[in-house]
Amino acid sequence: MAARRDSDVAMDDAPTSHQPEVKDDTMVDDEGDDFDENEGEEEEEEVEIQRVKLLPGSTETAASFEFANEGHTLGNALRYVIMRNPDVEFCAYAIPHPSEAKMNVRIQTFEGTTAIEALEKGLRDIQELCDVVTEKFVKAAADFAEKKAATG
Amino acid sequence: MPHKPPTQEELEKRKIVGVNFETVTDVSSTDFPGHYPGEDHAWDIERFKKGFSVEFHQNDPYEASFSLIGCDASIANAFRRIMIADVPTLAIENVFIWNNTSVIQDEVLAHRLGLIPFTGGREGLHEFLKWFEKPAEGEQPNCTDYNTVELSLDIKCEDNDDADSKETDPTKLYHHAHVYAKDIVFKPIGRQEQYFSGENIIRPVNPDILIAKLRPGQQISLTMHMHKGVGSDHAKFSPVATASYRIMPTITITQPILGRDAEKFQKCFPKGVIGLEKVTAKEAAQKGSGYRGHEGELKAVVVDPKRDTVSREVLRHEEFKDKVKLGRRRDHFIYLVESTGQWESDAIFLESVSHLKAKAKSLEQQLVNMVR
Repeated sequence: MAARRDSDVAMDDAPTSHQPEVKDDTMVDDEGDDFDENEGEEEEEEVEIQRVKLLPGSTETAASFEFANEGHTLGNALRYVIMRNPDVEFCAYAIPHPSEAKMNVRIQTFEGTTAIEALEKGLRDIQELCDVVTEKFVKAAADFAEKKAATG
Repeated sequence: MPHKPPTQEELEKRKIVGVNFETVTDVSSTDFPGHYPGEDHAWDIERFKKGFSVEFHQNDPYEASFSLIGCDASIANAFRRIMIADVPTLAIENVFIWNNTSVIQDEVLAHRLGLIPFTGGREGLHEFLKWFEKPAEGEQPNCTDYNTVELSLDIKCEDNDDADSKETDPTKLYHHAHVYAKDIVFKPIGRQEQYFSGENIIRPVNPDILIAKLRPGQQISLTMHMHKGVGSDHAKFSPVATASYRIMPTITITQPILGRDAEKFQKCFPKGVIGLEKVTAKEAAQKGSGYRGHEGELKAVVVDPKRDTVSREVLRHEEFKDKVKLGRRRDHFIYLVESTGQWESDAIFLESVSHLKAKAKSLEQQLVNMVR
């Protein structure tokens, strides 16, 4: 492919899995402070703490993301759908240490898109996929029940 | 070089993981862009929709078996993991022991109680009841009707005066010699009455679970609080006894197996996998089919590869080694979901799918926040 980058990204500072302990003051927005939890009204859950972070050393087309409180469940599924994106040169996930509830995803894309866009597309693709699975599963269950009722 | 699109046969072949006597082949998926030059393997929801199907084999409240066909192992595994560890159920979390003079220690008793699966009105369990927020250190818990279910167990063992003098069976000799799950009493609070009354009452799935054994004079008196939780926190919260999948086995007979050999061949597999059929006149007449002159003899045919355990027994026999090819279909997952009773077993799977969707959705939002 022609779009391949010719120089590697400098991975200077900071080991990739260790985040400075300063938690989430980078994000807290909107209703950050009034955490009145008897706000029982649903749908949009109260603004959560930021669970996705961009690891140091990332560029537009080559980035590592750190997901807090995620594991192989999402990691591998996400890796799969992102790898199905033709604009992605490389995608992998890792759990750097089993006793830290963190999951890292590395994405390198070809020119023309960015790693963040590829991740976003991956997350959207998973949602679409889930809709299809639900739809087909519900239908199969109904058909099965019908068939069972018919045969007694 | 112009690219030739793959034939149907080639496409089928790509789905097969080879199983040999000692080794396996073609283990990894190859459906990625760039793997086969000139072919388009980009993710496409319409294409996925066309190639994906679900097939039910069994659908009972406590056990469901179904196949997902046409999806990758990473997706299938995500659903399986979510069913075990992320679908919430209600279980006993706190036990307040007022009196326990039985021989079973408080902490052991509390642990046993925690593991008892309960059920009740589905609407109340899944929609009305919400998460219980753990109180901060030193603070009072906020127990209300929508996050806590109260149960109690009050039982005392006493002599049965009506028992025969020669009786030796403790269950007849005493009242309440055995404490069962059915002795646990649900106490509705607030709006719980509305969701959990009559047939929707919160009760143990199996009333006959033995909790403790008592002797006259011993008693147990305790109150329990149930909360919602997930299997990743404690196995008692897992909605499934087990949720697993197998990959669909394939058996291809490449050369005719006839007569006594066919019977032996059949015995190499579990019941129902291989059948015996008579060689028809037409087959016998066919040139090069290997059946010539064998009309009426029994031949081995594959009836139901799904039942195979892929023991590879058949490959240990010299005479079959080159006549059969074993494999598995990489994209065909046969799930077995055994519910513990709080959810319908098929609903657990559906919940796992919507859980994955919700997870992806919230992370997509998080990503947007991160960029901002």
